[in-house]
Amino acid sequence: MYKKDIYKVISNLPLTKDVYRMVLEGDTKWITRPGQFVNIELEGLYLRRPISISDWDERTITIIYKVVGRGTSLMSKMAEGVKLDLLTGLGNGFDTSVESERPLLVGGGVGVPPLYRLAKDLLAQGKKVSVVLGFNTSSEIFYADEFKALGVDLHISTVDGSRGVKGFVTDAIREAAIEFDYFYSCGPLPMLKALCGCCEVSGELSFEERMGCGFGACMGCSCKTLAGNKRICKDGPVMKREEIIW
Amino acid sequence: MAKNFDLSVELCGVKLDNPIIPASGTFGFGREHNEFYDINILGSISVKGTTREARFGNPTPRIAECRAGMINSVGLQNPGVDAVVEHELPELRKIFRKPIVANISGFSIDEYAECCEKIDKQEQVAIIEVNVSCPNVHNGGMSFGTDPKMAAEVTRAVKAVTTKPVFIKLSPNVTDIVAIAKACEEAGADGICLINTLLGMCIDTLRRKPVIANKMGGFSGPAVFPVAVRMVYQVSKACSVPVMGCGGVESASDVIEMMMAGATAVQVGAANLKDPYACKRIIEDLPQEMERLGIERLSDIIGVVE
Repeated sequence: MYKKDIYKVISNLPLTKDVYRMVLEGDTKWITRPGQFVNIELEGLYLRRPISISDWDERTITIIYKVVGRGTSLMSKMAEGVKLDLLTGLGNGFDTSVESERPLLVGGGVGVPPLYRLAKDLLAQGKKVSVVLGFNTSSEIFYADEFKALGVDLHISTVDGSRGVKGFVTDAIREAAIEFDYFYSCGPLPMLKALCGCCEVSGELSFEERMGCGFGACMGCSCKTLAGNKRICKDGPVMKREEIIW
Repeated sequence: MAKNFDLSVELCGVKLDNPIIPASGTFGFGREHNEFYDINILGSISVKGTTREARFGNPTPRIAECRAGMINSVGLQNPGVDAVVEHELPELRKIFRKPIVANISGFSIDEYAECCEKIDKQEQVAIIEVNVSCPNVHNGGMSFGTDPKMAAEVTRAVKAVTTKPVFIKLSPNVTDIVAIAKACEEAGADGICLINTLLGMCIDTLRRKPVIANKMGGFSGPAVFPVAVRMVYQVSKACSVPVMGCGGVESASDVIEMMMAGATAVQVGAANLKDPYACKRIIEDLPQEMERLGIERLSDIIGVVE
């Protein structure tokens, strides 16, 4: 179930040169699982912009976005108090009911945000959570301290080696010999693919695609899976690794 | 509202509570929008375009933002006519009790006829809308709608297998829309629906590549509204069959403009994606707009513009 409503920006601050965290105030009861997203109407643009939810409570939604185009550029300039029209509670989200004692969460770049609430929920279930965050370089790292503060087993990789393990998330997983019995991931497609190549256990991955509506009506963001055609916005964005056709 | 405003219209004997019909491809089979509001307030629904075989459609990305609208190149993704008849339409029946518009597409004359024959048997289908204007599929779709002879041939083939009113949905990507509309009318079409999307393109200047995987796609949204009004006007003046107007409609005021141009019913397309409540909002705004313009019966204004 989802809802369209008006939300107020209560903070909007940069975490890095081009990654921002925005906190929005409003009705959050339609958000049910980590990994869901909101679809934001922006003045002067026709289509809404889908952004993953990083965290939420009874009255606020936190989103973290990277400035990559006109929509996110407009968002980055928004002051506190600006009102935004959002569709919330979109997408299926991650399945935290899966039986697992030692889940591994792997995020790359702006794929990191939805893993924050996921880590919180899994920790609350008493699971031993390992997190690997991959970035290009140390100046692009965000939320490392926040994850650390949750009490997860945290590992960082950077492509240029400026912090953590030099290389990709898969290098960090190998180097630290992380033990895990299930994985959750969100990040660029090559990372997701490489991850599935190096993980033997079951897991789930969050995908992105250019969307029309964000709620399953237009078939704009479809993909083929072993379980049939799926709409990334409605049947996803999270898919089981077993159903993905690479 | 003090006065009783009459929003009803009649389309080939099919009485609609109001002229608002979500356009095919922007409303699926109704389920998604029904989660936002009770879709029974709509005049009718034009359901997702259906082909003989199941189709995945085109590769992604197949959606692009552009100035005052969007480009899509979905390419008629649908589960195929048999699945539509067996699953989608019965599911829609559970949530929508009014007669619907079934939209069919094809890659050959035979395919159009076969789809029509199967859809024709569905009681809830009141009108068959024949898409000869999809810009996103090759060797089919639009190629039937850009040539008067081909459009007439499809019309005849479809009319031969149904007794229900047949509307031909035309492409604006032609030099002479009137010639094509008249050819369809002469071939027996009961009505004309226009316009489908305009063929458009949008380029990612950073990557120096088209945004859409298929390079080009159908441009829709508020920018195309004046083109749609013009074509509705031209066709409704030249033909005696009713016209369903479609293209860039976003407000009650647009609906009235489209009806004054000659539309008996008005389809709302891309607006349903941006604002899931678009049709509901338009229907609720109509009485106020009618009051402002001194209109008591919406059907009175159809084609009033000379």
